[in-house]
Amino acid sequence: MAKTDKKTAQPVQPAKASGLFEYAPAPESPAAAGEIATSYGHFIGGRFVDSSGSEALKTVNPATEQVLAEFAQGTEEDVDRAVKAARKAFADWSSLPGSERAKYLFRIARIVQERSRELAVLESIDNGKPIRETRDVDLPLVAAHFFYYAGWADKLDFAGFGPNPRPLGVAAQVIPWNFPLLMLAWKVAPALATGNTVVLKPAETTPLTALRFADICRQAGLPDGVVNIVTGDGRTGAALTAHPDVNKVAFTGSTPVGRAIAKQIAGTRKKLSLELGGKAANIVFDDAPLDQAVEGIVNGIFFNQGHVCCAGSRLLVQESIQDELLDALKRRMGTLRVGDPLDKNTDIGAINSAAQLARITELAAAGEQEGAERWAPECELPGAGYWFRPTLFTGVSQAHRIAREEIFGPVLSVLTFRTPAEAVEKANNTPFGLSAGIWTEKGSRILWTANRLRAGVVWANTFNKFDPTSPFGGYKESGYGREGGRHGLEPYLNVEALDV
Amino acid sequence: MSETAMRIEVFKTYKLYVGGKFPRSESGRVYEVTDAKGQWLANAPLGTRKDARDAVVAARAAVKGWSGTTAYNRGQVLYRVAEMLQGRREQFTAEVAAAEGLGAKKAAALVDAAIDRWVWYAGWTDKVAQIAGGANPVAGPFFNLSTPEPTGVVGVVAPRAGHGFSLLGLVSVIAPAIATGNTVVVAAAEQAPLPALSLGEVLATSDVPGGVVNLISGRTADIAPTLASHQDVNALDLAGAIDPEGPGAAAALEAAAADTLKRVVRPAADPSAADWTASPGTGRLLSFLETKTVWHPMGI
Repeated sequence: MAKTDKKTAQPVQPAKASGLFEYAPAPESPAAAGEIATSYGHFIGGRFVDSSGSEALKTVNPATEQVLAEFAQGTEEDVDRAVKAARKAFADWSSLPGSERAKYLFRIARIVQERSRELAVLESIDNGKPIRETRDVDLPLVAAHFFYYAGWADKLDFAGFGPNPRPLGVAAQVIPWNFPLLMLAWKVAPALATGNTVVLKPAETTPLTALRFADICRQAGLPDGVVNIVTGDGRTGAALTAHPDVNKVAFTGSTPVGRAIAKQIAGTRKKLSLELGGKAANIVFDDAPLDQAVEGIVNGIFFNQGHVCCAGSRLLVQESIQDELLDALKRRMGTLRVGDPLDKNTDIGAINSAAQLARITELAAAGEQEGAERWAPECELPGAGYWFRPTLFTGVSQAHRIAREEIFGPVLSVLTFRTPAEAVEKANNTPFGLSAGIWTEKGSRILWTANRLRAGVVWANTFNKFDPTSPFGGYKESGYGREGGRHGLEPYLNVEALDV
Repeated sequence: MSETAMRIEVFKTYKLYVGGKFPRSESGRVYEVTDAKGQWLANAPLGTRKDARDAVVAARAAVKGWSGTTAYNRGQVLYRVAEMLQGRREQFTAEVAAAEGLGAKKAAALVDAAIDRWVWYAGWTDKVAQIAGGANPVAGPFFNLSTPEPTGVVGVVAPRAGHGFSLLGLVSVIAPAIATGNTVVVAAAEQAPLPALSLGEVLATSDVPGGVVNLISGRTADIAPTLASHQDVNALDLAGAIDPEGPGAAAALEAAAADTLKRVVRPAADPSAADWTASPGTGRLLSFLETKTVWHPMGI
């Protein structure tokens, strides 16, 4: 496709972690990411094509600020072309027997497994997340998701949505930058299994794994136009969701954009599913297993640099164990290694973009201004790139911005409670309702609490677990519709028995 | 004086049904309701935006208790509604006949269907969790269970068209929402609100807790937008949002609902062609539910 200059080869300047015992670096080879082209067009109708416009965007490695590639800013004309290609492919794809559609998806799952090292490294480079997470979490889940929905393609009559459920048509899918390839899998796998065709727009800071996925579609022999990928920023996304010949809109991202899309499609017959922001409470009761809880809290907020919509960003700790828990948590945070995403020892990688770093920095500053107490472990950060120390705030009130707004970074707000009822009250005191955590050894207390939390996913004595069989999605302003499991089929099926 | 001497009939003062009580509209105003031929039937309260907001407060207050009752109990309450409606069959037959311009026989069949629809949904209350939820076989040592929960307060624009809209259609939108533990505020069909207002009297005597169902008559263009934009309404059923334009049109209501990301059930593509006697399926029953998935590690 294009020359590989040495842009992936420049190492991240090592950060020296004080107070940690030294680890020898264990770097993954950036060359494993395979060839990154100098510039990319859109993937439409089974081939890469140039944009009708001349505007190009750049994607950078957030750990080095080096430009990785240029890609096209999709125009309305590009979007229209992609939708036409998807529409053209729909008739054949939707009439293909489910058992045959399934085999394409099984092929994709297998190719993802085969190429998982390449994809994991590419994802780390483009996104900034640690290779340990792309290798052990993102990629295995991507393959599993395709494998799971592959099996549904010829069993839709038995899925509980009535006899002969039908696909909707062309699905417009807009995904975020925090789990680029995993979000693609969450969107594309159920859409194809149910017989829809797809136009997908990846995020403008992380387009590379989606563009690489085009090559997987090629290898799998997927019919032209079944999956189309149009790159660009929010303008391209808006053009795609607004396109009159789209039957389905699926969006994962921020609540304000989700609102705008819901407004945009009002009055149409487009079916909408939204997976939006969160401000999850992670509730620790006084009888919780403390060491496990500390691990869960750390995983809850520092996994993927806190760029997780279901992150446990509000720690609600029972007052009587606050000091003990915070001591243990700070000790643990002192051992987190921040730095080169491609080092297999790294716990916290780079913040995805300068813009996101600015937002995290601004909200953390607001936390201090509003009177919360800020703490972060001593650790040096690499010179170039976008970095933010794992940070916690104590003395946070429910009115503080850091307790109400989604920070989407490695920043934990600590609040306290005295009674279980108060914990539930505070946990639910947010317009969001995506996830929550509960830590206690008492089973009946878990069920009592889980029953009262207004959140779509509740992790008890664990956190941030995902599985293709497990429905994921929010209450309230965290969106609607579910992804994963049998529930994840419904947003892509025409089940309008409501048309009485 | 003979037994057949003319007797002056006692008219009914139709009132709103809010929080289990029968208030007049805060507007102090009424509007004329006529039959299909334009004959005066009754005055209905001209419910206002304020009445709608008061009803939302009542509906919100009722959520905790109603969603907290056992599914078995909710089923019995819904069955009780069918029992009470059966006892008032003649009254509703007359009201439906007048509202929809039907003969007595056809109207009676629609009332019977409405009674049966309550029975259908009464049976659903303790089954829906088993068809909408279940265990998920995750690839790891975890207990993982998905269960449906009520969305909360549902704003309902009652059907205004289609065969059987005035009572059967109304029941077909209220019953599925409350069967699963939601509470509702209903903008009654503007031109034919009498069956809805009378249904309030049935509900009040059926062990349905006050506030679970609230019924407001008046201008749809006033009441529906209030529900669509209300911060404390979680979902909208736009069955009767058939205005082609203006604040009561489905597109405008859906756009207003987007600000608070309400779950929205759109009106049918052609509402006037709707036949409310058709099998309702599970579409509406499953529309006002949130799936909650709980994980717990397995181990010793």
